[in-house]
Amino acid sequence: MLRDVYIAGCGMTGFGRAAGDLLDILEEAALAATEDAGIFSEIESVFVANMGAGILNHMSGLGSALVDRLCLYPTPAELVENGPASGGSAAKIGAYAVGSGAVDVALVVGGEKMRAVTGWEATDFVATLSHPQAEYIYGVTLPALAGMFARLYMEKYGITPEHLARVALKNHENGTKNPYAHIQQAVSLDGILNRPEAVVNNPWVAEPLRMFDCCPVSDGGAGLVLCSKEMAEKTGKPLVKISGIGQATDTHAVHEREDPIELKAVQLAAKKAFEEAGIKPSDVDVAELHDAFTILEIAESEQVGFFERGTGHIALEKGETSLGGKLPINPSGGLKARGHPVGATGVAQLVEIAWQLRGDAGERQVKNARTGFTCNFGGFGNNVLCFVLEREN
Amino acid sequence: MAQLEEVLRPQVWEFPPYPAKSIMLASGETMVVRQAKREEVPVMLKAAAALTHVERDFYDIVAARAYAELLGWLRYRVRDEYCLVGLIDGLLVGLVNGRSLSKKVGVSYHTIAMRRGLRIGAHLFASKMEYHVEYLGQQEVYIVAESPIGFRRWMIEYGLEKRPQVHHELGGVMSWSLTRDLYFAAKDRLVVGERPVSDELLEKSATITVLEEDALIQQVAGKLK
Repeated sequence: MLRDVYIAGCGMTGFGRAAGDLLDILEEAALAATEDAGIFSEIESVFVANMGAGILNHMSGLGSALVDRLCLYPTPAELVENGPASGGSAAKIGAYAVGSGAVDVALVVGGEKMRAVTGWEATDFVATLSHPQAEYIYGVTLPALAGMFARLYMEKYGITPEHLARVALKNHENGTKNPYAHIQQAVSLDGILNRPEAVVNNPWVAEPLRMFDCCPVSDGGAGLVLCSKEMAEKTGKPLVKISGIGQATDTHAVHEREDPIELKAVQLAAKKAFEEAGIKPSDVDVAELHDAFTILEIAESEQVGFFERGTGHIALEKGETSLGGKLPINPSGGLKARGHPVGATGVAQLVEIAWQLRGDAGERQVKNARTGFTCNFGGFGNNVLCFVLEREN
Repeated sequence: MAQLEEVLRPQVWEFPPYPAKSIMLASGETMVVRQAKREEVPVMLKAAAALTHVERDFYDIVAARAYAELLGWLRYRVRDEYCLVGLIDGLLVGLVNGRSLSKKVGVSYHTIAMRRGLRIGAHLFASKMEYHVEYLGQQEVYIVAESPIGFRRWMIEYGLEKRPQVHHELGGVMSWSLTRDLYFAAKDRLVVGERPVSDELLEKSATITVLEEDALIQQVAGKLK
């Protein structure tokens, strides 16, 4: 990028089930971010992230619709659709717009209204991101792909159902400290795994994954105001810089990969983000990883470089990834508890890290956090975006 | 008057009691499921009345109908009705009710979860089926669902059979049936709980308490009524 890009404002809606429609969600997130920044009329470009409006809400043209809702015309606006990585993609494009000098201020808003349909329809909608001829027509869903991935990963590295459950325990506990989280309910190991009641409390979804290994279906939105350093300084808030962005893709169909548990796009996107920021994974103080399924938090924590391969579950077990641990992962509750409105997730991850770096994360604040990282995982690992954020001054 | 009341009141079958059991929930909290007593109906009515204001997930219609059924039981206008309650330290977190159509056939009325996300409704519905099949010894239970959630939980999870010839007491829609075979086929994965319940837990569950209306509505529906 030709110049540095900063997050001047951020905000989000409560995740869960929204009363209003998709535009209400996007508007609320946009206003939360712009009010936080104290910037509105200066916005020169709007990027809206969404995956499913066409299928779930019978809507299109969300960029112009949001600009109209905000009375921001004639500001240029567009929709960015990149599966569950739509939020990360919109943030990347917004950052490039500012970083290139094309605009001084960009508004990035991600939102999704998934609970307009049944859980079955939502699962089918998300499955449309899979390969149409090689996966989707055979009934493959994202939980099914994650189940197969989990089985291989667990066998190779000795991960047990208890390790998976511990991801859920940690993230649900974090979710109780996040007023925006979809699920604000702690769970216990006995209740979801060890006791006979677990068979009902936590039924199989796609063996070896159970209900508490899977993220909920959520509505929600998140917004960011991105700008130049000069503009960010005027807000009077701590400066949070986007110091690294990495993106990579992989084969559409998972079976075409040399090794289906090698998340190459995750590895490459993280490497690029760290290189661009000029830091190492060990420099990161707090991270938001894409735990749509508990196994993904463990796998990503290794494949972005935080832990050696096959040791992510050990770090989890030791409490290193908990709040108060060496590297807290998903202090927001992650997708697992904060929720996963697919188009909003990548933006919400950046919002959480910006709050953490500004010291605005309330009860879930990671002490002295100065460097943060996000990983937004699209498809089943076929389009991944990673960001490094740093606090200046 | 007493004579007229005798005419108005249905005959009663003194059915066997439901033995209390305890269930650990996902949260690690222990819920006691026990049979409610008639004199406890007023406190349950308070909870049901609050939920008639919640349109989300058909709570309003379920709560309104359950209110009427419980009131009917209290005032002796429903035959052979019972109610099971789910309690955490005495706090009402859910209830289920039903009645016996005959000694061989049960009728499921309603299932209300007053805390969500912990499968309380699933546990209580399973307890209700357990009561009909294992303690009342009935051959089948007629069931309908008013919400899509209920349809998924009962019709699909238990694989219920259709009974097109039976119009259920709730709204006259087609009944579905849980037979003994279906119940025992599902029991291992859907019916849980420990007996006997310790004296300490029973003591904590002896008196039913309910949340205030606003708190209960918030707990069930969040900001969305």
